[in-house]
Amino acid sequence: MLKKDLWLFLLIIVVGAVVATINPRFLLPINLANTANQVGMFGLSALGQAIVILTSGIELSVGSMIALVGVLFVDFIANRNIPWPLAVLLMLMLGIAFGTIHGLLITKLKMQPFVVTLCGLLIYRGLARFYTQDATAGFGFGQNFPTLEAITTGRLFGIPAPFIAMLIATAITWVIVHRSVFGRYLYAIGKNEEAARYSGIKTHSVIIAAYVICQILTVISAIYFAMYTRSIAPSTQGNFYELYAIAAAVLGGFSLFGGEGSIIGAILGVVLLQELQNLVNLLGIPSSLNFSVMGGVIIVGVIIDQQWGLIRERRRTRESARIAAAQTLAE
Amino acid sequence: MTSPEAVPAGASPAPFLSLSGIRKVYPGVIALSGLSMDVRPGEVIGLVGENGAGKSTLMKILGGVIEPTEGTITIDGVERPALTVADSLAAGIAFVHQELNLFDNLDVAANIYIGREPLRAGPLRLVDTDKLHRMVKPLLDRVGANFKPNTPVKRLSLAQQQMVEIAKALSLNARLVILDEPTSSLPPAETEKLLDIIAGLKAHGIAVIFISHRLNEIERAADRVIVLRDGQRIGALDKEEIKRERMVRMMIGRDLKVQFVPPRAAAGAVALQLRGLQTATHPGKPIDLELRHGEILGLAGLVGSGRTELARAIFGIDPILAGEIMLEGAPFRPRLASDAVRRGIFLAPEDRKASGLLLDFPIAQNISLPNMAAHASAFMVARAREKQTAEEQRVNLGIKAPGVSVRTGSLSGGNQQKVVLGKWLAMNPAVMMLDEPTRGIDVGAKAEIYRLMRQLADSGVALLMISSDMEEVIGVSDRVAVMHEGGIAGVLERQEVTEENVLRLAVGQGLLAPAAVA
Repeated sequence: MLKKDLWLFLLIIVVGAVVATINPRFLLPINLANTANQVGMFGLSALGQAIVILTSGIELSVGSMIALVGVLFVDFIANRNIPWPLAVLLMLMLGIAFGTIHGLLITKLKMQPFVVTLCGLLIYRGLARFYTQDATAGFGFGQNFPTLEAITTGRLFGIPAPFIAMLIATAITWVIVHRSVFGRYLYAIGKNEEAARYSGIKTHSVIIAAYVICQILTVISAIYFAMYTRSIAPSTQGNFYELYAIAAAVLGGFSLFGGEGSIIGAILGVVLLQELQNLVNLLGIPSSLNFSVMGGVIIVGVIIDQQWGLIRERRRTRESARIAAAQTLAE
Repeated sequence: MTSPEAVPAGASPAPFLSLSGIRKVYPGVIALSGLSMDVRPGEVIGLVGENGAGKSTLMKILGGVIEPTEGTITIDGVERPALTVADSLAAGIAFVHQELNLFDNLDVAANIYIGREPLRAGPLRLVDTDKLHRMVKPLLDRVGANFKPNTPVKRLSLAQQQMVEIAKALSLNARLVILDEPTSSLPPAETEKLLDIIAGLKAHGIAVIFISHRLNEIERAADRVIVLRDGQRIGALDKEEIKRERMVRMMIGRDLKVQFVPPRAAAGAVALQLRGLQTATHPGKPIDLELRHGEILGLAGLVGSGRTELARAIFGIDPILAGEIMLEGAPFRPRLASDAVRRGIFLAPEDRKASGLLLDFPIAQNISLPNMAAHASAFMVARAREKQTAEEQRVNLGIKAPGVSVRTGSLSGGNQQKVVLGKWLAMNPAVMMLDEPTRGIDVGAKAEIYRLMRQLADSGVALLMISSDMEEVIGVSDRVAVMHEGGIAGVLERQEVTEENVLRLAVGQGLLAPAAVA
């Protein structure tokens, strides 16, 4: 865990403490469980986004994918009686396909990730709306999927299922990003794709893999969101969710230039964002200011982080100069 | 003290610009020492010299970009110690850089008069496009342009863009136009046009300083030639004296400080063989070359001759248009750099900061990067092994750093280059290509790297060294292949490796008859 993550963690504690003092309802189990639930679902999609941002790319189509997968999944299991494990598999295949397409466009055709995924955002949203003819997809009265619901909306010792799923996903992602060779390649490509290529790394394969992984995590989060809301309006489901994920990653120390960031930081970013949302509700701040509060905190956080980085940089240069001077003296 | 210029019989106007005793000293390097020259209206001065001779430094002083450490610049009789860019422009000095300074998102007219556009509509300050085009048209005619003032610059060829730059100089009422390597990227037809433009400028009484390696063009266009070497003015040639032979002879002839260390044994089997290899950047120039185990093959040539492109094609970064590469006798068709790396062919690129290293990574991580397979178990990075490999390289190469976990960007240039070498040496190369291995590195570190290269070669590695540093080429290579405009001009065996031979091949002349070679 980086020092930056520690500061973020402290900030979360402090904000939580302040909110709890003003409105003790913050600490009610039902409130904490609800927040944990949100953190779980948003965290899953934030993990995927973080991996893509690490390669200096971006995935703007996450929200629309959540809508598309939502309507497809619900339709498959509710109306077409497809067994839910098969439906999940089909959704994953869809995500892998889209992720591969994004990756290929970005690497082979050298298109900008922003452009490719922006078009994805528009196209997939349209497909979702088209699929249901703009109607809301939902479960029929009394339709139940006991196992599926247990996995997606159940509780284990009071902890919501999405949160547990998120913890598992975070652990796996952490190992991949921070300990595996693949993760090392992600950082190298994000820092300097050309240098990575000159070191013999198959940069195209790694980048495509990053987008595929992101889509897989997005699909999983989409299923959780779908089972949570149980009624999916294709024009609004998942709206702005990609921005939450990006915001969380940025708070977690990811630079949009790539090559920097910590997975723990991204999850802490999600926690902070959900905490802020909760804060707006509990402190009686008009909910219309919800986004403003989030945006304000993010920008203050990034400024502080940047300025701190500059101070560190200056300290580093002075250090190097000192070392160089000492070396010349020694020679 | 101004050197006395032999004024040819027949009226030659007095110089409007004089440089006197110009010295430029940087810490540890004397870029220019005591240079003097005069510029007369309407004369074309060719400025020649090898890489590093001081041509760019001199022109930058004239352009007001840098200040001389000593010396004076006299313009129209007024002496000054230095010029600013504004002074230079006001004096009528126009600099056309090798890399043109045009805005490719604007059109020709906008580029020529940028910042000085004729305006209309009073306080609205709109550009008077009609007037602008009327002002630009005659300038374009003077340079023989075949395009309109509203043509977007990005649609113009390089030669046409140069015309725009020259037209811009004319619009500034230039009295002196400095052309830095104007023809190095031009095809022959366009070169003709440029020489015509220069003649046109001359006819209008505008002086031209023409910096070029293309000695035959200098021969044709120049009234006078000034030869620089190691920051000094070696001499000048006047009209009839301007011959390529003499220029070459004056450009060379310094004391070489790098002592050649001969290989321990004769070169071994052929490691890499290029047969009719054509790169995408120089199509139509098939390359045949052999690289043997145990030898250091120097690859010399002027900037733009295609050396880096050749190395990149062998390494799999750039596509191969035609021909083939034989590695240890078997065909080798790299599509990605990883193909080359897998076969033991490595490249230390020209720009180590941009493509050779990840500056934010610690040393150990840079060294392990191309060889993660050996530093991982079950797809997880084995940091201990990384550190170990890095430590080994640190000791072997003498990398001066507090430890292998420090950020690579904090190292000096020489040590950074050692990290680049370290990452490849840790993988036991079969073929090691080095592109400008000692660029920007101090003398001490250079010597260490040369020693390393010799050690590598002696252990059986086939080394290809691309270098623009004549001393390096001559002092380190067992053989030298010289490239010229995308093709191999010639290959010199050790006893033929002289500065003169290398230079002659590099500028496109042939070698002299063997008897004439020292």
